[in-house]
Amino acid sequence: MNKLLAEDIYYLMVLGRAFEYAAKEHYLQGEISGFLHLDIGQEAFSVAAVKAFAKGDIFSTYREHVIAIARGIEPGAVMAELFGKSTGISKGKGGSMHLTDLSRFFYGGDAIVGGQIPTAVGCAYARKYQGREDGVMVVFGDGATNGGAFFESLNIASAQKLPLLFLCENNQYAIGTKITRVAPFLHQAKKAEPYMPVYEVDGMDATAVYAVVKEAQSRIQQGHGPIFVEAMTCRYEGHSISDANSYRSAQEMKLCKEKDPIERMKKELLESWMAEPQLLASLEKRAQETVDQAVAFATQSPEPKPEELYTDIFCKECANVVS
Amino acid sequence: MLYREALNRAIDEVMASDESVVVLGEDVGLYGGSYRVTEGLVAKYGEERLIDTPIAELSIVGNAMGMAIGGLRPVAEIMTANFSLLAFDQIINHLAKFRYMSAGKTAIPVVVRFPQGVSRQLAAQHSESYEQMLSAVPGLMVLAVNDVNYAYHALKKAILMDDPVIFIEHELLYNKEGEVDFDADLDPFKARIAKTGEKITIVSYLKMVDDVMEALPEIEEKLNCSCEVIDLCSLNPIDHDTLAESLKKTGRLVVVEEDHKTGGYGTQIVSWAAEELFYALDAPPLRIAGEDVPIPYNRTLELASIPTPDKIAERVIRWGKNNGL
Repeated sequence: MNKLLAEDIYYLMVLGRAFEYAAKEHYLQGEISGFLHLDIGQEAFSVAAVKAFAKGDIFSTYREHVIAIARGIEPGAVMAELFGKSTGISKGKGGSMHLTDLSRFFYGGDAIVGGQIPTAVGCAYARKYQGREDGVMVVFGDGATNGGAFFESLNIASAQKLPLLFLCENNQYAIGTKITRVAPFLHQAKKAEPYMPVYEVDGMDATAVYAVVKEAQSRIQQGHGPIFVEAMTCRYEGHSISDANSYRSAQEMKLCKEKDPIERMKKELLESWMAEPQLLASLEKRAQETVDQAVAFATQSPEPKPEELYTDIFCKECANVVS
Repeated sequence: MLYREALNRAIDEVMASDESVVVLGEDVGLYGGSYRVTEGLVAKYGEERLIDTPIAELSIVGNAMGMAIGGLRPVAEIMTANFSLLAFDQIINHLAKFRYMSAGKTAIPVVVRFPQGVSRQLAAQHSESYEQMLSAVPGLMVLAVNDVNYAYHALKKAILMDDPVIFIEHELLYNKEGEVDFDADLDPFKARIAKTGEKITIVSYLKMVDDVMEALPEIEEKLNCSCEVIDLCSLNPIDHDTLAESLKKTGRLVVVEEDHKTGGYGTQIVSWAAEELFYALDAPPLRIAGEDVPIPYNRTLELASIPTPDKIAERVIRWGKNNGL
């Protein structure tokens, strides 16, 4: 970590939060529909992990707007995707949960809980086979660690010594069900312990997340097999926008928000990195302007053409295969 | 050459010419494949390319999908169709949809092979057929080849294609003998006319094509007419052109399939014919399919649950006589 990087992470966290609030606003205005899973409160995790895993392949969950933006996808292309427009990163065909950019080795959101983990295992196999060093990072939530895909993947990645970083974002809730009601313990890293080295990190601390993911990536590159990192986080909003978050008490939410990752990073910048307050204020302003531009871009973008319904299904469209 | 040897040869040749081709599945490597389709390949290409997986079908297909995203060309084997149900999330939610959801940014060159169907007393959890479900999934191509020559060419082309292909085999076809014309240029998405004829079009695929051919002499003799037999080869997409040409000539349609009659694959063919060629038909279509029961273990009951050459002959002759032949 250095000062420039810390400022960049701060900027992306502020940008991420402003983006999510804008998405929420435009959802409530009816311009965005479907599912919308906001990352507010968890920006330290999303931004710092992606910045630390700068090279390599990333697979993630449906809560991936901030991850996509941190990976370098234009906020306008993400917002336009949420609006279902033709200029969206997935041409309006994927929506909020399916942001993909192969040029950035980002395979986006998967809307089947845990479904992206076996895919990431296969990609890690390909990277090992090709002798490429960067490795693969797969992001998933605590809810996914209760499913079969997760356990199959721990087993295979470990048996094959694959360069794979399992990154668990433990916000303690699978929609409205607290993890300790459906799993025997709070920390899910225990499930991975028999298979691989595990790390625990405070997911509300961007600097800590950055350091752990950085070290984990260097370890998976050594060829000894996968690593498991668990970051404890707290989401401020409901699971999705239609979730009123009624299962968490006001006290729990208060404690949760006291650990605000953006405030924490700001304090760190000012106190440890001697950042200029004016600079931070200008970053905050730039973030809001970027989001405003993203919204304007999405609003002004055209709808997909009707014929887009039938494109992108096959590389060779069926009609061409059968003459 | 045997059917399984033709498949083996196809995989062998593409592996020799393209290092990105890998095979993964249960017992495909050191063991040689439970139906010996990958026999001998591990000695040539090593365990890195003939990957023995744990018994974890969801991962076999999910990993294949990730390998494809990462630039490989995986051929995944599921030991038997019933086990593919454990991988249906990866097949339907991932393989079939990833390209569309990402607006065509990536190719998914994955082949998922599995044998299916009634073999010999393997009972309900090892005898079923799933082409009706998998053919109904947009984003997948489904090949189901009867002929040995086609098996070689279709599998080779499927592996070299950039889209996900479900390659369905039948357990009783593996030891079928046939000639392979290695130089032929076959389009596996074009139906094969197994026999030409004038009065009835019998549409089938996989092992049932052989059962139809066995029933044919009796049918043609008793009805005093010639039948055209179409082996579909590709279940999705369907070669409607070949079917339409035949039906316009014969005016009569019979579909023979092994899967359960309700919701079976043949409904696809019959509903298409009813919509598109109603006035070309001289008789109501006939579907001969498996019974709507789990496949029983007992041999007599098992045979009673699926079409056999005797039953096919009897049903077609009765139907033909009731319909002006």
